[in-house]
Amino acid sequence: MDKTSVQKKEWEPKIIAFLCNWCSYAGADLAGVSRFQYPPNIRVVRVPCSGRMSPNILLDALKAGADGVLVSGCHPGDCHYISGNLFARRRFAIFKSLIEFLGIEPGRLNFSWISAAEGEQFAKVVKEVTERVRALGPARRLVKEI
Amino acid sequence: MSSIPNRPISQSPDSSNPEGSVLVVGGGIAGVQAALDLANSGFFVYLVERTSAIGGSMSQLDKTYPTNDCSACILSPKLVECGRHLNIKILTLSELLSLEGEPGAFRALVRQNPRYVDPNKCIACGQCAGKCPKKVPNEFDLGLSKRKAIYLKFPQAVPLKYAIDPRYCIRLNKPGRCGLCEKICPAGAINFKDVAKEEVLNVGSVVLAPGFSPFDPSDLDFTGYGRLPNVVTSMEFERLLSPSGPCQGHLKRPSDQKVPKRIAWLQCVGSRDINRSGHAYCSSVCCMYAIKEAVIAKEDAHGDLSASIFFIDMRTPGKEFEAYYNRAIEKGISFHRARVHTVLPSQEDNNVLIRYADEHGVMREEEFDLMVLSVGLELSKEAIELADRLGVKLDPYKFIDTDVFRPVVTNRPGVYVCGAASGPKDIPRSVTDASAAALEAERILSPSRWTKTKKKVFPPERDVHAESPRVGVFVCHCGTNIASVVDVEAVRDYARGLPGVALSQDNLFTCSQDTINHMAETIRKEHLNRVVVASCTPRTHEPLFQETLRDAGINKFLFEMANIRDQDSWVHQNEPEAATEKAKDLIRMAVAKVKLHEPLPYNSVPVTKSALVVGGGVAGMNAALSLADQGFPVTLVEKKSILGGHARKFYRTWQGSIVQPYLKKIIDQVESHPKIDLRLETTVSSVEGSVGQFRTGLSDGSTVEHGVAILTVGAESYKPMGKWLYGENPNVHILLELDQIFIKDPESLKGLSQAVFIHCAGSRVPERPFCSGICCTHAITQALELKKLNPDMDIFMLYRDIRTYGQRERLYQEARSKGIIFIRYDLDHLPDVRQEGKDIVVEAEDLILERKLILHPGLLVLATGVRPRDDMGELSKLFKCSVSSDGFFLEAHMKLRPVDFATDGVYLAGLCHYPKSMDESIAQAQAAAARAAIVLSQDAVPAESITAIVDQRKCTGCGVCTHVCAYHAISIDPAVGKASVNTGLCKGCGACVAGCRSDAVTLKNIGNRQILAAVEAAMDTMDI
Ligand code: FES
Repeated sequence: MDKTSVQKKEWEPKIIAFLCNWCSYAGADLAGVSRFQYPPNIRVVRVPCSGRMSPNILLDALKAGADGVLVSGCHPGDCHYISGNLFARRRFAIFKSLIEFLGIEPGRLNFSWISAAEGEQFAKVVKEVTERVRALGPARRLVKEI
Repeated sequence: MSSIPNRPISQSPDSSNPEGSVLVVGGGIAGVQAALDLANSGFFVYLVERTSAIGGSMSQLDKTYPTNDCSACILSPKLVECGRHLNIKILTLSELLSLEGEPGAFRALVRQNPRYVDPNKCIACGQCAGKCPKKVPNEFDLGLSKRKAIYLKFPQAVPLKYAIDPRYCIRLNKPGRCGLCEKICPAGAINFKDVAKEEVLNVGSVVLAPGFSPFDPSDLDFTGYGRLPNVVTSMEFERLLSPSGPCQGHLKRPSDQKVPKRIAWLQCVGSRDINRSGHAYCSSVCCMYAIKEAVIAKEDAHGDLSASIFFIDMRTPGKEFEAYYNRAIEKGISFHRARVHTVLPSQEDNNVLIRYADEHGVMREEEFDLMVLSVGLELSKEAIELADRLGVKLDPYKFIDTDVFRPVVTNRPGVYVCGAASGPKDIPRSVTDASAAALEAERILSPSRWTKTKKKVFPPERDVHAESPRVGVFVCHCGTNIASVVDVEAVRDYARGLPGVALSQDNLFTCSQDTINHMAETIRKEHLNRVVVASCTPRTHEPLFQETLRDAGINKFLFEMANIRDQDSWVHQNEPEAATEKAKDLIRMAVAKVKLHEPLPYNSVPVTKSALVVGGGVAGMNAALSLADQGFPVTLVEKKSILGGHARKFYRTWQGSIVQPYLKKIIDQVESHPKIDLRLETTVSSVEGSVGQFRTGLSDGSTVEHGVAILTVGAESYKPMGKWLYGENPNVHILLELDQIFIKDPESLKGLSQAVFIHCAGSRVPERPFCSGICCTHAITQALELKKLNPDMDIFMLYRDIRTYGQRERLYQEARSKGIIFIRYDLDHLPDVRQEGKDIVVEAEDLILERKLILHPGLLVLATGVRPRDDMGELSKLFKCSVSSDGFFLEAHMKLRPVDFATDGVYLAGLCHYPKSMDESIAQAQAAAARAAIVLSQDAVPAESITAIVDQRKCTGCGVCTHVCAYHAISIDPAVGKASVNTGLCKGCGACVAGCRSDAVTLKNIGNRQILAAVEAAMDTMDI
């Protein structure tokens, strides 16, 4: 379609999802294979493990203009790398309180456990996160005004 | 039939020096899997295929159940791998004429029929077919479309070479005429003088995988097939649905190309029907494929379709099948338990009118636009002749006969069988069989591993460091899987404009052999130094594309995939515009990231050539013996103090063989095997390492080093405590308890005058939604046993659907002919069980006669299902493998990797995967062993290349990284006080990267830089 003819669309939240390769990314694939439909607002970045995610990257994502972030890994105990998701959870809990302090709504940061067998759950989480972020409106706090 | 010419035998049968090569007959999914498993574990394979390309029936299917995976998409990588494999020689248009010699030293005479096109010259440009004036029915589309006399079997054919069909070619039939293809062929590949060649192949074993033929309903007049244009077979319907079929994936009916709005499926055509089709058996797969076809057709019509399935019993006994059935009901597919009597032309419009008797015997009539006959499976005429030539025995149903306890072994030593040729079965079971057949084939050949094989050498890699990025983007239509939602051309054009992109192309199937070759070609020609494929998921296809990069002479890590199918077109089916925008974003992200990728080294780890098997039941013992017989040491760990597991309580298999003597035999073999280290009363307490090098701690305090692990921990019978008087009345038993009476004290059952079986006791209910699949057959086997003990005994079977799939159907027929009474119940009319005094009273409602039935059985048998063990979770955590929603182990891919876990080097078999009969467990155990042998036969396996790396200038030596690393792969070097990584131990999880406070550690190619590039690209809303 010719893009210039498209009216300036209504605001749609953009959400970055960091999915661990072994569980949540596979769960996202399963959602596809089972044709569970969910909103087209997320952009997935495949990472080896949720334990790969540092607060910096999450902040950077918000700075880059994401309205929300989702980090999803294997269920506790199922991490392919033994304990990565537990570190992630700990880091994340601390980071979340920090972010509130910075004036960013904690609802923009989301964390979930989704296994390779949970396609439906993946679709559900994406729906919930999208709605949550949509309700918060565009993230302005960290985006540099141009 | 020709016999083998007299030539010197290259090798005398010598058990220490057998032939290191194997002949596989049949290039369907089973043959392909067997060939790959053998070739990857050190044997040279001749793959003989009757038609002009491999792929078999699976290549004709549209989608596959229960995952709805696109059949071509999941099959294609395997075909391509086969086609490119150095140690597989594909002989198309070929037949095995005769086989002489003995195991270890066979001489196989193979005839290769002329192709009339030189495969070394053909470039598959298709100009020949464009010019060829002769249109003929296209067999690949079952005659629903036309092809030319010179043809390509299907677009993704392997090998991708044209062939001339001598039956139709004008030139071959009238010399001197036509010859247009020869004139136009730019490669000079046409050779009308081609002749058949015969060749003797020296092989050590033979695997037969001739596949099945769909039943031809032409003689079944009541179906209207052949008479009414809108009555088609299920195989024809697959082609009508398929994107590569006659309607390009937009279903239309044959008579007038209208889109059908009402479709009926008629089950059991050519199955369970001795009178009309001569097939007494159940074809096992038709219920599931009919549901799948209905679901897919309805989905393609965006719900605007009424789909009705007419069936006798709904048989959905496999893993995830019952859930699939339930979802189909929710999606509005209607299921009619009815017998269709006549199929008539309707007055108007070529519609089909069917008359059927519903469950209460009331005659009804309904009109449909299209009717699909769910035809059964049979062995093809050619395969029957082949079996005959080889002296391979058939069973009473004209499938290849096998041994109960060695399920892929035929009567002829050294000749094995897999796939639907030994009985109707679905893809996962065919694939499992194929690996099992590979195992049996290599068992006696293991001394000759790697004696006939060649080693793959990749071209040297171009140094791209100094080059500025030239990214090639390949966007896949995936048939219609992507293209029906995403505007692929628009996405392709968009990608052309991205910075760093040198070229962008779209392809119908990016993973097909020709596209892969073309991609390698393009990388070389265009000097690409980065590649992005936008298609399905990297989880299945990344290895294939990465190998293509290596073939093209660039490092395989200069690659990235954009998942625009599983995570885009499939999940935004009703939002084509948003899906197209998302596809563009995903490609932009991939391009941004791949530009920052660097070439990485190919690391490897040496393999510890021994295995750990956890669980000493029938599956575990078979897995252990299969590997130990090949000389690999095995540690077999069993929790209990005795071997045998579930099977200790088991009386007879459904084929009629007594279990206990067999069990005793293999227990003896295991206990006395010099290569098996048996650890009873032992469990696994810790697992370290990964494929090639595991270190597992056992409860006895010892540590075992092993290269692979096979989990065969079994399952349990469901015991319905407190329900149906179970545990309260001494005459109420579950199946295995009755088996024990058969084993120990059958006489005690002789005096019984009445017995009742309740099927599906505790199964297919919301708490335990799955069907165990084996209980119907088991219960009927027992009922027959009771009848044998006392022919006057009245036996009632209260059932929901009788699921005696495959050749098991014989038992159901026998039971009915012996007067065993079957009464159906449903969830709204559950049988009621109570006790009056000491007596058991069963009250059931006969749904057909609509009246109550009161029974006073002396024996009540509850056909309960199998449930997963409670400690599965712990084990799955230790080995990093997954558990499915039913609580059983989850394999890497339900269709094509049925015995692998997603975690490399760990395999599964037996009841812990899903309930199954003993022959299926044994086949699965052997399959797991075959997969494990692939690792064990290598000296080293690839290790992680994506590892952490420390920038010591930034490192402060704080040591946080050393605490978060679960593998002790990073430590502070005391000499400099800085962190350093032991790449051999690093698994590339990135925990240290996330933990580092000074940004000194990064993960190669997935560092903060690359992740951020992807994130920023995602936000780069150029289109606003
Ligand atoms: S691998 Fe999934 S969270 Fe670690």
